[in-house]
Amino acid sequence: MNIILKIKRYNPDTDKQPYVQEYKVDVQPNERLLDALMQIKRFQDGSLGFRKSCAHGVCGSDAMRINGKDGLACKTLVKDVVEKDGDIVTVEPLHHLPVLRDLIVKQDDFFNKYRAVQPFLINDEKMDRQERVQSPEERLVFDDTTNCILCGACYSSCPILDTKPDYIGPAACVQAFRFIADSRDRAKNERLQMVHTSDGVWACDNHFKCTQCCPRGILITKRINQTKQMIKELKGVKK
Amino acid sequence: MIHQFDTVIVGSGGAGLYAALEASQKSRTAVLSKLHPVRSHTGAAQGGISAALGNVEEDKAEWHAFDTVKGGDYLVDQQAAQTLAEEAIQAVYDLENRGLPFNRTKDGRIDQRRFGGHTRNFGEGPVHRACYAADRTGHMILQTLYQQCIKNKVSFFDEYQVLDVILEDNTCKGVVVVELATGELHIFAAKAVLFATGGFGRMFKITSNAYANTGDGPAVCARRGIPLEDMEFYQFHPTGIMGLGILISEAVRGEGGILRNRKGERFMERYSPKLLDLAPRDIVARSIQTEIRAGMGIRGDSKIDDYVHLDATHLGKETLKKKLPDITDFCKTYLGIDPADAPIPVLPTAHYAMGGIPTDMHGRVLKDADNTIVSGLYAAGECACVSVHGANRLGTNSLLDLVVFGRRAGQHIAEYIKSAKAAVVDDSAANDAREWISRITDGAAGPHGGHISEEMQTTMMEKVGIYRNAQQMQAAVDEIQALRKRYHAVRVQDTSKSFNTDLLEVIELGNLLDLSLVTAAAALQRQESRGAHSREDFTERDDEKWLRHSLAYLEGDTVRLDYKPVDTSIWEPKPRIY
Repeated sequence: MNIILKIKRYNPDTDKQPYVQEYKVDVQPNERLLDALMQIKRFQDGSLGFRKSCAHGVCGSDAMRINGKDGLACKTLVKDVVEKDGDIVTVEPLHHLPVLRDLIVKQDDFFNKYRAVQPFLINDEKMDRQERVQSPEERLVFDDTTNCILCGACYSSCPILDTKPDYIGPAACVQAFRFIADSRDRAKNERLQMVHTSDGVWACDNHFKCTQCCPRGILITKRINQTKQMIKELKGVKK
Repeated sequence: MIHQFDTVIVGSGGAGLYAALEASQKSRTAVLSKLHPVRSHTGAAQGGISAALGNVEEDKAEWHAFDTVKGGDYLVDQQAAQTLAEEAIQAVYDLENRGLPFNRTKDGRIDQRRFGGHTRNFGEGPVHRACYAADRTGHMILQTLYQQCIKNKVSFFDEYQVLDVILEDNTCKGVVVVELATGELHIFAAKAVLFATGGFGRMFKITSNAYANTGDGPAVCARRGIPLEDMEFYQFHPTGIMGLGILISEAVRGEGGILRNRKGERFMERYSPKLLDLAPRDIVARSIQTEIRAGMGIRGDSKIDDYVHLDATHLGKETLKKKLPDITDFCKTYLGIDPADAPIPVLPTAHYAMGGIPTDMHGRVLKDADNTIVSGLYAAGECACVSVHGANRLGTNSLLDLVVFGRRAGQHIAEYIKSAKAAVVDDSAANDAREWISRITDGAAGPHGGHISEEMQTTMMEKVGIYRNAQQMQAAVDEIQALRKRYHAVRVQDTSKSFNTDLLEVIELGNLLDLSLVTAAAALQRQESRGAHSREDFTERDDEKWLRHSLAYLEGDTVRLDYKPVDTSIWEPKPRIY
């Protein structure tokens, strides 16, 4: 089938402003949007810039905005997009991050916010040739948050970031929860204190856009609300 | 621009990150990677990481080592396999202690499941050895190691593509790289360089590998005179999604999934009576191919793209949800089926390079059949060949390889740099790389790489695939040679500096063409069938002539082969029956 991709383009070396370029591509309905982009890149226009790697939704490279919805190009089938919105597909880079080239955004802000929540297990108890014990129930509490591939789709979709650019964003909240809820971690209170700010979990206003677009099915908004609840239950928390 | 470090690590998957954790504690370390570290292909590994913890049933490191040797059709260096199996146990505890969220047994210990070729008591039957985090074990290893690197403040240079390695007087002095964001060339001078660039499955048409798996490390080394070991051994994973090649983990069979032909027969009963669907991958992939050729594929037309069914319908929704959620998701997304209701259409997919840059057990690169060490040059992970996988890797041993040998290499580097002299490198070290990039980007009219890439992938898939013969492999060598000639005229369409992914693709294609040539040439020379190398014209394993590792030297447009002995100091090679 023939589809038209309307791709937002920008090259800092030559363009003052972003513009939209149209490409006609002949694709199989079962193919991924990434396959359509690759066809353009390899056989029509080598200058089209986008990131890609695993091509099956686990590395997080090719998050972009497809017909206004944030997601992974390799997890979006052409037929599903066309069925819903017709055979003209608009493709833009993720929002809330500066564009480096075409569909490629600068990820520094996103990853700096991720790093700021101390996304690593804190537990100094020495283990001598053995595992820490954790029941399947304890493990299940944070299971979905370990799915996060840091693709940035949630960060782009979040309406809060439109007006509040310092919000740490849904992904960083997910990562905070992942360790707050891990029975092996020993810094729960410090972690809750860390996200207990107006740019932390309290910035979230329950729009659920992140939850709706997450390509890894993480219940992001729910985890943020659980974090808020834990903060409330924590005695002596100072705002 | 010239940067000065003690240690430079190229690649940020499991091996690179583990090495970085070790090396960065005692040396100024930079990690260079073409991708952001969390995008690395380690993250796509699904089923598990093996270690004889014995959490579910009795197990021993010795059994694990033996299975690894036998699984590799005795081309494995046996002391290395023993080290792998012994250090596996602490490696898994270490990952858990650092936060890896493994699935748990009822009593809260790391859960384990069965996997192909892993057996109890030297082959009696399948054993629960694979430690796992649902079917995203690789993702969790990558995340955990990256988290630890953040904690330990490792320096990353993300989205830098390696172009060349600087070797002088048998000593490594650094690497030449291009920064993708700016197009600028950089020299990273270092006392020690570790290549951990992963695999090169993108030389094949149908592959489970990421676009980024283009063998940059091995190609760069090969062009500087380092041989590549055992390149003829390339693993086809039995179960990729039909047409797409997306991996369907062996864990599906580990949890009880069954392969069936068009009659619904469990055909593995005929090929591997004892281990059935959990035979090693080379055997299962061949069995599928044999069924398809005999008209027993689901369509029954014997064509190369016919397929078989992987039946997981009897496992139940609960097991699929708890233990195989990503597989379930892939099936729904790409096939529109729920594996709880319908069998999965599968076909072998190019998956893993057993061969690569020859190293010793400390990751030190060896440059000839006498095992001469290249000072300051290291390799680990899929791009390296220790060799613990021999002629066929067992499932779960790749993640283990990354962790065990990534760590060992990092530790050795930390010691090595103490007494090594600072590398003195001037700008001329980048001349060859600069010339290469200038040629590709000189604005001259030339073909684009797209067609060459497609032809390469088709040639390798059809002629250097699961079953091989001299005529086809010779044709592959000739075709790849012709493609390499055409490659010299290739030019980018995009001549701008900022984030030029067109240039990146052309660089990667050059690497894949070089490695395709080496793979095809090494395969043509080996006149026997062993592990993943199955020849229709030499159907038997021939220990007398071929129980030896190949070393392939890329010398301009030719490939010269040499050989070195295999360490068989523990177990005498025997016929491989499962």
